[in-house]
Amino acid sequence: MNGPTLFGLCAAALIGFGLYGLIVNPQPLRKIIGFNIIGSGVFLLFGTIARRGAAAGMGGDPVPQALLITGIVVAFSATALAVALLLRLFDEGGVVTLVSEASPTEAKADPPDA
Amino acid sequence: MPHSLSAQDVTTPGGLLLVLAILIPFIGMLIGFVFGGGKAMRVALATLAVGLAIVIAIAKALVQSGDAVIYILGGWMPPLGVALRADGLSVVMLLAIAVVICGIGVYARADFGSPSGVKEARAPLTFWLLLLAVWGSLNLVFVSGDLFTLYVALELLTFAAVPLVSLDGRSETVRSALRYLLYALLGSVLYLLGAVLLYGVYGTLDIPLLAMRVRPEPVAWAALALMISGLLAKTALFPLHLWLPPAHAGAPAAASAVLSGLVIKGSWFLAVRLWFDVFAGVVTLPSAQTLGTLGAAAILVGNVVALRQTRLKLLIAYSTVAQIGYLFLMFPLATGLSSAGLDSAVAVNGGMLQAISHAMAKAAMFMAAGLIYTTLGHDRVADLRGMTSTLPMTVLAFALAGASLIGLPPSGGFLAKWLLISAAITTLQWWWALLMLVGGLLTSVYVFIVVVRSLAPAHDGWKPKLPVPRYQQAAVLALALCSFLLGAAVLCPLDVMQIGRTVSRNTLLP
Repeated sequence: MNGPTLFGLCAAALIGFGLYGLIVNPQPLRKIIGFNIIGSGVFLLFGTIARRGAAAGMGGDPVPQALLITGIVVAFSATALAVALLLRLFDEGGVVTLVSEASPTEAKADPPDA
Repeated sequence: MPHSLSAQDVTTPGGLLLVLAILIPFIGMLIGFVFGGGKAMRVALATLAVGLAIVIAIAKALVQSGDAVIYILGGWMPPLGVALRADGLSVVMLLAIAVVICGIGVYARADFGSPSGVKEARAPLTFWLLLLAVWGSLNLVFVSGDLFTLYVALELLTFAAVPLVSLDGRSETVRSALRYLLYALLGSVLYLLGAVLLYGVYGTLDIPLLAMRVRPEPVAWAALALMISGLLAKTALFPLHLWLPPAHAGAPAAASAVLSGLVIKGSWFLAVRLWFDVFAGVVTLPSAQTLGTLGAAAILVGNVVALRQTRLKLLIAYSTVAQIGYLFLMFPLATGLSSAGLDSAVAVNGGMLQAISHAMAKAAMFMAAGLIYTTLGHDRVADLRGMTSTLPMTVLAFALAGASLIGLPPSGGFLAKWLLISAAITTLQWWWALLMLVGGLLTSVYVFIVVVRSLAPAHDGWKPKLPVPRYQQAAVLALALCSFLLGAAVLCPLDVMQIGRTVSRNTLLP
């Protein structure tokens, strides 16, 4: 097994773990971590592609590396936003769950009359 | 890398306008952020006016040249560089979104104006900045020429839209925002994975180059499936719609109008772009039928659940779930046309018109619901008495927007459904036509219920809780009228939407 194949398989495994965690875990924080694991898998895959695409005598294809950095920044900001919302949710209610008190179809549209 | 797209690789006259269309909203946002407080609203409104003028100039450049408007960033050619392209599809979406954003801006002056004497409030400042951010991101989605820029644009759109859900900061809306963000993140990471796979095989993310290189093979199918399912989660197509109703119904009215009318169109437009421009040679009729079936389920489930709602805003939010279903009916119809060797433009135009008329009608409906809430202090559908005499313009706007959603002539919804149904009949897919008619019938029931309830006379001695400014009602009515009169687009002598499409429309490789 050569390097790119090994890294590609690792990337696939990471994406699989992350996807499982994101879908199955009920706690939002674990979902956020699941998202980050998928992200790591995607970035690893992209790095592998950059290495494999370097057939023309260069050390690596530079385009994926540039895109990768952007992708990491975006994923980081997404995580920061999600964690900020999570903290706010904890401050407001003291519990962190995605399940509403009412069922989703009957969720409150507006606050009760003031 | 050799490629022969010489006509695609030069900056056309008016190309700089595309850069401005993206930059001006973001510059406005930053200026508003620096000045803060009450000035943010004035900065935002000025930016809206400038942005609208730029979008009109882009449309003029497109019609005059008869070809796509292109800007090559920094003079670097694709595949190494990045191009901005606005073809007919982009320009009609740019125009429609600009009109709706301006309508929402006028409406929101009353809800999010900073009262004199108050230094700075969080919600108004956030609303105006995010309104501009949503607009800039949407413009970027419409004009981006490569899949990675589109990924960044989608993420910007999500980051701008999520805080709009929780503007009032109640734990219920924060929870809706978090749920929305998690769905959106799953969607975008799947989209990115698909884009990475495409780059790995074809060595480019530029849309025209990719369209030339992509071949029907397993990796292209995998990439298509990943990207489209990611976008479905972001667009809230059934069965991934669960985040939408609480998020859209819990936000303030103007923010709901942005979320429901505009934000979901971004990821939907990207799905259209992928399906018809990038993967035109890869998509098959059965895969399109799958999307159509999900759309059909969305229409039935969304409409039936909307009928059961007791709150007006939730009713409108579930109506959005149903209308998203219509947007995905264009996929089997257009693919059916092109696989029969016919021009798919009828179905594509129908789908685009549906998106535009829904954007206007839904924004008008949410804002009408906001005015009703302000006047009554609640939005229970069962108790809307007195609304017609108190807010005649608003109820008229609600009825006109409803007529467009139902598809009554001469509304935009009517023309859209007409085009889609004629495509369905041409390709012998009569079941989609039947479904559209049933959906229209269900829609008419809940629009009718709301209008009839609001016709009932008010109790004696009832007073509006808060008066509503007349210009807010006028803004809502204007948007509803735009949607209602959009059917006049049939008189347009030029098929604007099909100008400069990079991929020929009636070729589907075997």
